[in-house]
Amino acid sequence: MAEAVTVEAVAEAMYQMVKDAAGVKKLKPTDLTKAMVEHFGSERCSKDLCKEALRRLMDSGRCVYTYYGGSFVELPPQEGAAA
Amino acid sequence: MADEKQTPTTPNLDELERGPWPSFVREIKKAAEKSPMSRGLLGVLERSYTDKIGHWKHGGIVGVRGYGGGVIGRYSDLPEEFPEVAHFHTIRVNQPAGWFYTSDALRSICDLWERRGSGLTNLHGSTGDIILLGTRTEELEPTFSELTQAGFDLGGSGSDIRTPSCCVGPARCEWACYDTLNLTYDLTMHYQDEIHRPAFPYKFKIKAAGCPNDCVASIARADLSIIGTWRGPIQVDQAAVKAYTKNGIDIQADVVDRCPSKCMAWDGKALTIANEWCVKCMHCINVMTKALRPGPERGAAILVGAKAPIVQGAMLSSVLVPFMKLEPPYTALKDLVGKMLELWAEEGKSRERIGEFIQRVGLGNFLEAIGMEPRPEMVAHPRENPYVFYEEYLEEEPAEAKA
Repeated sequence: MAEAVTVEAVAEAMYQMVKDAAGVKKLKPTDLTKAMVEHFGSERCSKDLCKEALRRLMDSGRCVYTYYGGSFVELPPQEGAAA
Repeated sequence: MADEKQTPTTPNLDELERGPWPSFVREIKKAAEKSPMSRGLLGVLERSYTDKIGHWKHGGIVGVRGYGGGVIGRYSDLPEEFPEVAHFHTIRVNQPAGWFYTSDALRSICDLWERRGSGLTNLHGSTGDIILLGTRTEELEPTFSELTQAGFDLGGSGSDIRTPSCCVGPARCEWACYDTLNLTYDLTMHYQDEIHRPAFPYKFKIKAAGCPNDCVASIARADLSIIGTWRGPIQVDQAAVKAYTKNGIDIQADVVDRCPSKCMAWDGKALTIANEWCVKCMHCINVMTKALRPGPERGAAILVGAKAPIVQGAMLSSVLVPFMKLEPPYTALKDLVGKMLELWAEEGKSRERIGEFIQRVGLGNFLEAIGMEPRPEMVAHPRENPYVFYEEYLEEEPAEAKA
């Protein structure tokens, strides 16, 4: 069986994805999870692992949740930037 | 700009103080006597009534560190004119199941909010949460810290599981067919991650009603409506029924004739019920509370899909499980909800509620995906489209038969 990827590696990959998409596309948590499972493979990367990685990104403050008609994962926004 | 101490003149809002009923304007004015933020709110509201347009921007910030729900970001689009309400964020606080508080707990929230926010509250919002109206961004983390020290947590907002809510249930109501309070507390603790971290296409509301009276209106508002019900015959005390006739109740007109499924009969001496036709509307039980009681085997019906009109029109919940025993640790219910959430999270479109998702993919496909067998109780009404073909009719004849 393939060795599972670490939470840190998934969190870093998620962060890069959010960073690359900043200002271009707002990503939902499910977008990130699907992308990670596809990137690392479902045998190495489970949804629970992705959930834990997302939690670490939020707890560390590297990413934040935002709301614009739906919930998204973004880099910390500028104060008062709501449209 | 609103004067720092003087309440602004509000001729338009003053109209909303007329009449004998409660007025939110009157309450804001009371708060404005000591809260600059409330004074600013009066100013910007008056301006909105004059301009016939809302002056709020919504969105952006949604929580405190680590949370994706519980804060609804709100900013004024007239920050120079009304600096007191340049930020006016709402905080949702997870209410206790059944909305039972001690006066000390309520005081601690009110005291906190007068220091950290506008002092204006809404108990309770339509989600069921305690709503704390109006604060600045820099006050969010300290408020959260004080709330947790007082034993409270933030509720849900955005695309997450919203704070589960319930009726008062067995705490004050003899019709409760299961312990709504215990279930709500259990689900709240079980879904902590999903309440605080949005992971779904859109919101998901859980409301638990103890009986078919559905005092929390779960059938109209909740994606997952858990409505108490029973199996077996309604329990009848014939002597008590007769006592009602002596006290002025017209059993035929007030009870029997109003039964929606016409399953009752009254011969002047005894009330008989064809229980197999009873649709559990609760009308007869509500009229004769001393004479009739729900059947002895109690549990809940699980319904799915209600929503208010946002992206699409309003929908009522429809039956998924006609009867389920609800006792701790509620494993069957959690398994079912887990399967539904996983499927919807995977396949749902952005801002698509689970009811809309079921309509889009079809109930048959939804049931197959979550591993449930279809049941007659799931059918809301007979099919309207005659152009429906079943797979057995579409099987092609073998090639040799054609030849």
